[in-house]
Amino acid sequence: MISLTSPVKTRAHHWPAGLKLAGLCLASTGLFLTGSMVVHVTALLLVLALYAAPGTAFFRAGMCGMRVVVPFVLILLVWHGVTGDWQSGALITLRMVTLIGLANLVTMTTGLEDLVEVLQHLTAPLGRLGLPVHLLDTAIPLVIRFTPVIVERAGTLAEAWRARSCRRPGWRLILPLTLQALDDADHVGEALRARGGPLGSPQQEP
Amino acid sequence: MERNIAQIALFAAMIAALGLVPQITLGFGVPITAQTLGVMLAGAVLGARRGAAAAGLFLLLVALGLPLLAGGRGGLGVFVSPTAGFALGFPVAAFATGLFVEHVRLHSAGLAAGLGAVFGGILVLYLLGASGLALVSGKSLIEAFRLVAVFIPGDLLKAAITGMLVQALARVRPQMLAWHRVPAGPRDFRL
Repeated sequence: MISLTSPVKTRAHHWPAGLKLAGLCLASTGLFLTGSMVVHVTALLLVLALYAAPGTAFFRAGMCGMRVVVPFVLILLVWHGVTGDWQSGALITLRMVTLIGLANLVTMTTGLEDLVEVLQHLTAPLGRLGLPVHLLDTAIPLVIRFTPVIVERAGTLAEAWRARSCRRPGWRLILPLTLQALDDADHVGEALRARGGPLGSPQQEP
Repeated sequence: MERNIAQIALFAAMIAALGLVPQITLGFGVPITAQTLGVMLAGAVLGARRGAAAAGLFLLLVALGLPLLAGGRGGLGVFVSPTAGFALGFPVAAFATGLFVEHVRLHSAGLAAGLGAVFGGILVLYLLGASGLALVSGKSLIEAFRLVAVFIPGDLLKAAITGMLVQALARVRPQMLAWHRVPAGPRDFRL
């Protein structure tokens, strides 16, 4: 599976994830509050400089991640061009590109474990209010584990389909896929229970 | 309870897989991914609360940087992009779909699921998606809606497929659809 994280280790990898996220929030809010063109152009150049700083491999991976923005940029520019307000169109496009670039930068330089740790810190107060946030510790690895399993199974089903028909399999694969997922859920549920389960209140855990 | 967690996690994985598997794209010239079909299905099969939990869990993993959105997108950038309204609308759409199937009692489970998918996966989701687009692009809600309306026919098709899938599911695994009341006869064989 493709990865959204950086191909090279940068210095930013060692910065605390919470700090990076807080910086991202501050920068995003700041850009939304100002309507100055100079500030927006400066911000975009600054973000580009951040992408370029760790070297060409990092820059190329970063720009690859930004490719999905291109159609939106075109649509927004054409749209505002037709209605005639170039000024605000350029500003909005600049802001969007900068914000997405900045957010991708955080994703690229922050490992999954660090983000999960931040998540645990952020959800801890909710847990004290009685919400079952400790269940996330079980649910997140389950999703990460089972997504490739289901993708692979869809591939197997598609192969079996192709062996019998020359038409495209399409949506007909989804019913067997759903059935298998539901059956898996039963088995996983039983397995979790057999091992003591993720349940009970968090206080019971050592 | 453990079973609920497992079902929520497995459906979150289903939503991810439906957006990633190229064989399931519904092609009509432009490939339409089946990701929102997964959201509709989560709400229609698991019901409002667990369906929303599955979609929310999926979204959380996208935010944590996993490339699970259709086309391998993911990360925090998704939540400031023009499609942020759609992504953030996933749990709400699943909840609305579930709410519909749980409260609108129809004889046919498939019909209930299909209409629920139209309500949650199209009406509610497009309202949120267009609002997000309007917010990011600085246009009015009507203009934003006009831009995303081209995708509605594809989503109507997905709602119809959701209905057919749930109809089939009601036949082979009736005990899985907690909201569906089997018309007659004993159904005490549930686990």
